[in-house]
Amino acid sequence: MEITINNKPVTTAATTLSGLAAEMALPAKGIAIAINNKMIPRTEWEVTDISEGTHLVMIKAACGG
Amino acid sequence: MNAQMERYERQVMLDEIGEEGQCLLQKARVLIVGVGGLGSPIAIYLAGAGVGTIGLMDDDTVSLTNLHRQVLYTEKEVGQPKVFHARERLLSMNSSINVQAYNERLTKKNAQDRVADYDFVVDGTDNFATRYLISDTCAAMGKPYIYGAICGLEGQVGVLCAGSATYRTLHPDEEDTLGMPHPGRQVVGVTPAIVGSVQASQVLQLICHYGEPLIDQLWTIDLRTMQSFIIKLSEHV
Repeated sequence: MEITINNKPVTTAATTLSGLAAEMALPAKGIAIAINNKMIPRTEWEVTDISEGTHLVMIKAACGG
Repeated sequence: MNAQMERYERQVMLDEIGEEGQCLLQKARVLIVGVGGLGSPIAIYLAGAGVGTIGLMDDDTVSLTNLHRQVLYTEKEVGQPKVFHARERLLSMNSSINVQAYNERLTKKNAQDRVADYDFVVDGTDNFATRYLISDTCAAMGKPYIYGAICGLEGQVGVLCAGSATYRTLHPDEEDTLGMPHPGRQVVGVTPAIVGSVQASQVLQLICHYGEPLIDQLWTIDLRTMQSFIIKLSEHV
């Protein structure tokens, strides 16, 4: 199925956020994900479904100033 | 219009500010924690706008590697404490404001005392730990925290501790966050210029009550693509 990540089309077999994180080999820390512009806490990734056309935003933790 | 107001003529012309907004700016007290890459544009634009009391907090000295982005400083100040020169620089631009310089870090010991004297706290820090401290202090004392952070060519800004979201909403697991490897010091000068200016803009919005400040929201910018998002951090926005 096709979803978008930061406005770019991505094909995935994952059906949950945690599945997607595993498929993309995302680091265990320092990445935040929003669906439809709403932040999804990491503790909810396992129970958050993704489906065809889901708009996802990935944000890297930043600490510089 | 008297001479003091004349300097603000161009912003007072805005419906969003006007003379009423200018008075609010004059009465406002803003603490800037960290006067480096982010803190430089934040301090310059808030001083220029006429924020009546500005606090500057930093225990660092100016280094040559700061100069490509920390626009408050010049080669003459290399090796010297940042806050005193930052104060001088701001007062040379606008002598009608009050600028306090604290040549120290924000710590658990001094945080409450420092924040108590201000209405808003703006983030110019360069580490996760101080951000947790600012957020916890602001949340406990009911002071809005204008968060900003940069990494390379990316940046983010949000208004925390003003609705329901705090820094802990963004980074719930403190131990995990503090345990992350340091992302490195690579950065171009324009990243903090843009992000710090957005933070200063949020402060102006909050003081003068115009537009829709980023309360409980996170604005992100990627300067490779100019892609930008606004993410909701709570159910209430």
